[in-house]
Amino acid sequence: MSRAVFGESVKRIEDPELLRGEARFIDDISIPSMLEAALVRSPHAHAEIRGIDAAAALELPGVHAVLTLDDLRPYLLTEFLVVGLPSPSYKQERNRPVLAGDEVVYVGEPIAMVIAEDRYIAEDAAQLVEVDYDLLPAAADCRDALADGAPTVHKDAKDNLLAEFSMGYGDIDAAFGKAAHIYSEHITQHRGGSHSIECRGAVAVHDPGTDQLTLWVSSQMPHSTLRVLVDMLGRDENQMRVVTPDIGGGFGPKLVVYQEDVAVSVAAIKLGRPVKWIEDRREHFIATTQERDQYWEVEVAVDEDARILGLRGSIVHDHGAYTARGINLPQNSAESLPGPYEVPAFRMNTKLALTNKVPVTPVRGAGHPQAAFTIERLMDRIARELGLDRTEVRRRNLIQAQDMPYTRPLKTRGGVAVVLDSGDYPRSQKDTLERAGWDQFPARQLAAREEGRYIGIGLANFVKGTGRGPFEQVTVRIGTSGRVHVYTGGTAIGQGTKTMLAQIVAEQLGGDMGNVTVTTGDTAATALGIGTSNSRLAVTAGTSAHVAAGKVREKALKIAAHVLDSPVEDLEFDGAEIHVKDRPGRIANVGVKLGELAHAMAGTPGYSLPGGMGPGLEATEHVILDSKAFASGTAVAEVEVDIETGGVVILNYVLAHDCGRIINPMLVDGQAIGGTAHGIGNALYEWMGYDENGQPLTTNLADYLLVTATEMPRIDLLHHCSPSPLNPLGVKGVGECGVVPAPGAIISAVEDALTPFGVHIDRAPISPPEIVALIEQGRERS
Amino acid sequence: MARNHITTTINGDEYEFLCDTEQTLLDCLRDELFLTGTKEGCASGDCGACNVMLDGQLVCSCLVLGVEADGKSMETIEGMAHGEELHPLQQKFLELNGLQCGICTPGILIAAKALLERDPDPTETEIRYWLAGNLCRCTGYDKVVRSVQAAAEEMRKG
Repeated sequence: MSRAVFGESVKRIEDPELLRGEARFIDDISIPSMLEAALVRSPHAHAEIRGIDAAAALELPGVHAVLTLDDLRPYLLTEFLVVGLPSPSYKQERNRPVLAGDEVVYVGEPIAMVIAEDRYIAEDAAQLVEVDYDLLPAAADCRDALADGAPTVHKDAKDNLLAEFSMGYGDIDAAFGKAAHIYSEHITQHRGGSHSIECRGAVAVHDPGTDQLTLWVSSQMPHSTLRVLVDMLGRDENQMRVVTPDIGGGFGPKLVVYQEDVAVSVAAIKLGRPVKWIEDRREHFIATTQERDQYWEVEVAVDEDARILGLRGSIVHDHGAYTARGINLPQNSAESLPGPYEVPAFRMNTKLALTNKVPVTPVRGAGHPQAAFTIERLMDRIARELGLDRTEVRRRNLIQAQDMPYTRPLKTRGGVAVVLDSGDYPRSQKDTLERAGWDQFPARQLAAREEGRYIGIGLANFVKGTGRGPFEQVTVRIGTSGRVHVYTGGTAIGQGTKTMLAQIVAEQLGGDMGNVTVTTGDTAATALGIGTSNSRLAVTAGTSAHVAAGKVREKALKIAAHVLDSPVEDLEFDGAEIHVKDRPGRIANVGVKLGELAHAMAGTPGYSLPGGMGPGLEATEHVILDSKAFASGTAVAEVEVDIETGGVVILNYVLAHDCGRIINPMLVDGQAIGGTAHGIGNALYEWMGYDENGQPLTTNLADYLLVTATEMPRIDLLHHCSPSPLNPLGVKGVGECGVVPAPGAIISAVEDALTPFGVHIDRAPISPPEIVALIEQGRERS
Repeated sequence: MARNHITTTINGDEYEFLCDTEQTLLDCLRDELFLTGTKEGCASGDCGACNVMLDGQLVCSCLVLGVEADGKSMETIEGMAHGEELHPLQQKFLELNGLQCGICTPGILIAAKALLERDPDPTETEIRYWLAGNLCRCTGYDKVVRSVQAAAEEMRKG
């Protein structure tokens, strides 16, 4: 019998090589005659370049070239990376040049690529390249950048407004007109960098004999890298292949196509030698995209019973110096502000401000954590003002299970309706509160206060749109070896994609995951591919894999029926073969191996294919899924605050989440906990600092704090399962879900702990010195 | 400039290699000896991805020069399994999903092995503090810690 693997905590097929140190990450690729590159980067946030003198660098033994924009131009149709997602709201088109021309607009912007025998020489030579700068004033703070008379980020611009858009529905003026209470909040949010432990990197090889360019790159979206290379290099798809090796984490910024990817490719063609560039951590801080500041002004209108009547406000969003992705991030923030709550009228205005800082693009959560934080701060505010329990205010406003699917009169960036497809939000909150002992907390708090300890509890609900479409391509093929090969345009960045797809495919093709090989992120393996982002692969690639495997299964059974001269209903898969079921009157276990079936369907010259069927034993699918599947859940955090140091310790953390049907519980747990760790960082630790001149202040992992094992509490997980009606597997994404509610729940808990001081927190992250200052202010007020 | 001739023992085998004076041990392992299991995460001693054992001491190989390894003995991730047989730590990380992208995993395994050799029965808090020098962005450490606990138990049974 075929074994069931879908829904089981099977071990990952990725792991044996990773555990032995045998996996091949980008920096593990070494090719004979390979040269290594280092970048000359701008030390200034804004400057004109008057000249570049590479003479001293070129004299250093071992240096092969110092490439500037002028050197690359002969190889390029355009010097700009045109990658912005479409939107009518742009006021300015700001595409990155592959290397800076006569102006640099952020610290870290690449100006020249030095290519040498090894990285040591290349980095030394980069120091010897003299760039003559004429300093220009910089716009660092995104609010200041939008003020009249602010220095412009680009010298040819009249202002710094990159884009502006509004969204909303309902009669917002009427909602506020009839409100019993109106509360406003000014909320500051900052998220920081992605900080995959593997930085970015690329290795380009050009074979002059075949004129074939291969680019290995640590990217979440190799197919979009290929498309950019086609546009820029003017070479056709058949002359290029983009491949992802094992990827040491992505978390968003690796979905961007970068200047270095293009420069390395051109360098390999120009020099006729393989060229490798590996980003170091400092470069990751200054040259890899980040999520930074959002300033929210929001107002909520409620009736006497604390029910929301309307929600309105504005966001100023730090976009950085160029468009490396689009308006998607603040679009997500504004669009997801209502979250799991009934909001009858809604209006948000969003401005994207150019700043002289590295471009902003999504980091795990992509604007959703900021929205969740804002709405949850408002919920706490309503509760405090009206003297209600924080859980009660939420309970009254949550969308009810019987109202699913719930259509919110909003459209996504692609014009798709926002429909919350399934979920039981009140139950999620209720179960989480019970597990966290919410009702017993006042007694715990009282006891702690008697000991001079300040503990608090907080909660946050969330929804997270996952599985952004329109599709992901998957091919399932049974080879003549009998092995099942799965190819997808999605990339594996640590989330267990290969295991997830192997489970889905094995479920239909014999249950033997050991007989399944999964290839991800290779433009030679799938013609189409979108890639990894937005917790999308289980939904999109998973569905395509499921449908493709079903077709291969059906065909394999038909061929087997022909070969074994037995009706299909008498046959079953068992590992790598199909055999006759054990039943009376049949000769049991007469079977045929999958490899034999594939051989039969590979065709023999002059002979008909068995059963009159088409050739091959494979199927390619790209199931169209335009609507997002909305995962949801609740987090409750219990914290202790040291009122002398401002230090926060998380004592207990419960996360309920609903990602529909679960493919592999063990992997889902890992994603939920890992996402929570990122969210804890966003609540308490992570801050990508810049000074008023746009100089980055936190450029190493000692200054920029990632959560370590000592800060992480054990996360108490609750699984709910509301299958998505949108796909045949009933699955939703999970990768980003843990991040979304964490800052809201933790900050709520910190505020609760500091109730005796009347502290109100309007920002995330919050640092110990800020907490101490708030306590001081509270003491002064009383 | 003459390169330095270094003789070391790595995972029980004797190795000789040439390196530049400024070359880090991490780069010597990876670029001169092609032992690429040891990873660079920060090159500043903050993340632990490059952890190796040097004469019985847990070090960040990005902060050690290759020349310092002369005459010394090293253990790296490549020496952790015995042929097909995984080390109990590797086995538990496999069973309990103690890794995701895996880039920090070699360093964590080396660090955890060093801990269990000093203390075969560490508390959860001790494990967490010992691993505070190993950054992981994927897992939130939960399954890492559980894997180390499970391996410790397995190893105590012998």
